[in-house]
Amino acid sequence: MPLKFERQENVSALRLAAAPLLALVFTLIVGAIMFVALGHDPIRAFSIYFIQPLGDVYTLQELVVKACPLLIIGVGLAFCYRANRWNIGAEGQYVAGAVLGSWLALATNGGEAGPWVLPAMLVLGALGGALWGLIPAFLRVRFGASEILTSLMLVYVAQLGLDYLVRGPWRDPAGFNFPQSVTFDPVAVMPLLMEEGRLHAGIIIALIAVAVATFVLGRTLTGFSIELAGTAPRAAAFAGFDEKRVTYGVFAVSGALAGLAGIIEVAGPIGNLQPTISPGYGFTAIIAAMLGRLHPVGILVASLVLALTYIGGEAAQISMRLPFDVTRVFQGTLLIAILAADVLVRYRLRRVEGTSHA
Amino acid sequence: MAASAEGAAAPASLLEAVELTKRFGALVANDHVSLSIRAGETHALLGENGAGKSTLVKMMCGLLQPDSGELLYEGAPIVFPDPASSRTRGVGVVFQHFALFDAMTVVENVALGLPGHEPLSALAARIDDCVQRYGLTVEPWRRVGELSVGERQRVEIVRCLLGNPRVLILDEPTSVLTPDESESLFRTVDLLTSEGRAVLFISHKLDEVRRLCHRATVLRGGKFIAEVDPKQETASSLARLMVGAEVPRTPRLVTHEMGEPRLLVRNLTVAGDGSRGSALHDINLEIRAGEIVGIAGVAGNGQTALFEALSGEAPGDPESVVIDTVPAGGLGPTERRALRAGFVPEERLGHAAAPDMPLSDNVLLTTHGDGGIVSHGVVRHSPLKRYFQGIVKGFDVRFGGKDPKARRLSGGNLQKFVIGREVLRDPVLIVVDQPTWGVDAAAAAFIRTTLRERAAKGCAVLVISQDLDELLEFTDRIAVMSEGRLTPPVPVAETSREAIGLAMGGMHGHGAEGGSHAA
Ligand SMILES: Nc1ncnc2c1ncn2[C@@H]1O[C@H](COP(=O)(O)OP(=O)(O)OP(=O)(O)O)[C@@H](O)[C@H]1O
Ligand SMILES: [Mg+2]
Repeated sequence: MPLKFERQENVSALRLAAAPLLALVFTLIVGAIMFVALGHDPIRAFSIYFIQPLGDVYTLQELVVKACPLLIIGVGLAFCYRANRWNIGAEGQYVAGAVLGSWLALATNGGEAGPWVLPAMLVLGALGGALWGLIPAFLRVRFGASEILTSLMLVYVAQLGLDYLVRGPWRDPAGFNFPQSVTFDPVAVMPLLMEEGRLHAGIIIALIAVAVATFVLGRTLTGFSIELAGTAPRAAAFAGFDEKRVTYGVFAVSGALAGLAGIIEVAGPIGNLQPTISPGYGFTAIIAAMLGRLHPVGILVASLVLALTYIGGEAAQISMRLPFDVTRVFQGTLLIAILAADVLVRYRLRRVEGTSHA
Repeated sequence: MAASAEGAAAPASLLEAVELTKRFGALVANDHVSLSIRAGETHALLGENGAGKSTLVKMMCGLLQPDSGELLYEGAPIVFPDPASSRTRGVGVVFQHFALFDAMTVVENVALGLPGHEPLSALAARIDDCVQRYGLTVEPWRRVGELSVGERQRVEIVRCLLGNPRVLILDEPTSVLTPDESESLFRTVDLLTSEGRAVLFISHKLDEVRRLCHRATVLRGGKFIAEVDPKQETASSLARLMVGAEVPRTPRLVTHEMGEPRLLVRNLTVAGDGSRGSALHDINLEIRAGEIVGIAGVAGNGQTALFEALSGEAPGDPESVVIDTVPAGGLGPTERRALRAGFVPEERLGHAAAPDMPLSDNVLLTTHGDGGIVSHGVVRHSPLKRYFQGIVKGFDVRFGGKDPKARRLSGGNLQKFVIGREVLRDPVLIVVDQPTWGVDAAAAAFIRTTLRERAAKGCAVLVISQDLDELLEFTDRIAVMSEGRLTPPVPVAETSREAIGLAMGGMHGHGAEGGSHAA
């Protein structure tokens, strides 16, 4: 007996808000089953994963540090996704921003450059990400190519480019042949917010991004045009909002923010350019954006939740010898769960009788 | 008369609603409404905009579930969990707002609604058959996105007929059909009822109802008011039942001064790229301040392309459209609105309004460039709310709740909203496509009067409509659109239904494509 989805007429706001919670619960259940299957006590595993990291100041700081790139990228993605443009390539834009920003850090390395270096790096980072993001936008506008595919493919181009740079021209000559650049000068590094730990000024930038995005998306004509282009393209054209401009605009913004996150990460917690500057932040941020209901404040919360899976994953790697892939499974399950919860809230599943004639 | 039906002892009731109630929050859209559709009868459902007609229809086919009350099918209680299950029982519905997929062809859309897997070519042949039989023109291989509202309406009707329904429910099918097409539909309805099927017919055109229907149920404010024999009633007595008070007559035309040309269309040609109806061939038109010009014609003859060329959604040669002496053919919609032009497209859900946005946000669609509501790119809420309240009060837009999504409004009320939104901008030129699509008699009269008043204040008005009577009633000159060409407008006093009908069928000697002429 075939099943069919049917759109529901009235969906209460409460149910829509409940969808992410539902998804979280579902993910935890799947997680428990997975732990049992791997031969671990699920209670202990959950405690190591999700409870213990919240217990001390150091890991709490780490949590915020990990949430920072997710948040910045996720806020940018909200612009794209609200406009119904599916930028899947934030990871590539993150790398592109990191590379362009690092170029300045490396070019001025060892010189007498002043405190202007870091701000200039941030600008270049945003620029690099934006340019990388504009490529799929251009391909979509000009040739009608699916931005989902092109943005994703450009991730690999960016990663391989980075790989080439740090193994080739930008490799630290005194680095024992390790594929990484020299360590950045102090003027090219994000200032720390506290004496101890790794909490850096990028957090402040992230919070500013949340505030600005909340305002732009919620209160301005630009935000309105993005929303309108996403939900009713023909009405948007009638209102006089050019769909090409919207496409370029949202890709530029989300690319710029991803690039900014990239350079902040490199100039902050990492300190030099390496092939592994991201544990998949650009992809995880997609989950953060969806889980946060494409609202900047929601994405703030979602980023913290997802950062927890990173931290817990690291802890579990050490104390339970669980592979880091478990974290990936968590994140993936969460994404699928949130997408499914959305569908189930908005639509209802019905049985339809097999073919029959009147 | 319903002689044949009356002949049998008591015509069997095919589908019956018993005391159906539906609430949307605090609003009771249907309050213990009963209605029975009998075999061999055409039953009318009448009521003002927002009376609850569409809601009742949705409950009778399973799209909405009633809060209380029940449905009887051939006398036995039945629950339709969804429209698919009512369709398999032979209940076919043509909804007021269409449910077609823009990206697919007509035949693909039809296939989606039918059980089983029929090859598309066979289905297309069946569509052509149906078209032959019922005189409703539908081209199976066109993409639905290219079709105008009138064409979509025909697709919906044909799709429904192909399902071979025993009960056919038509929610305002004639509001975007030309008189000829409506005639074809009426013949079809008569044919169906003579075969013992039942039809539920919703319309705001009371003359049609009186001609076509055997019985009529009147709703007001969600409540059952009366069941009457429309043939025994007059249009005004029916209207009185619907409104609960005397209906004001549309004031006669007031002649007034014509001023400067506000809209000049010069040699407007749009190449036929196959999108959005026919191409346009060398359109010329002049509308002066104070004048209302109507464009008649069967839907799909280039009206949509003309509208988009005028609104700026499809800009072209700068000189081809001149608004208030400014060459505007190359400008986009916002720049044209800055010249104090206002536009109302025919499709209200998805084109004139964003279905899933709150109604107040929909105000922004056409007012964002006017200053006041948006300053320095920031939306100011109190002026927005004030403008919104102005539309709601001034145009009597009724809905449940404070600020529902546009999708939640009844068809006629949304129409009043999009008209009001434009009129309150105080434009010097209004281009409106199907101004009274789906609004009740009183509201239609109000909209026409409002447009008249605008004209009297020096606004130029262009009305595209399939409703010939409407055009004859309140425009000054009428032009006819056919196959992308426009006849020169002639003063209403110097033309007649017949002359216009003839021109609509094709002014270049081609045979009529939309139904045959009875006249
Ligand atoms: N899904 C919904 N949610 C909330 N309110 C609704 C919904 N659907 C309809 N309504 C409200 O119910 C009332 C009746 O609507 P309905 O569409 O049945 O009117 P109608 O008689 O078909 O009017 P019209 O002639 O304008 O089409 C309206 O006030 C409308 O705003
Ligand atoms: Mg209705």
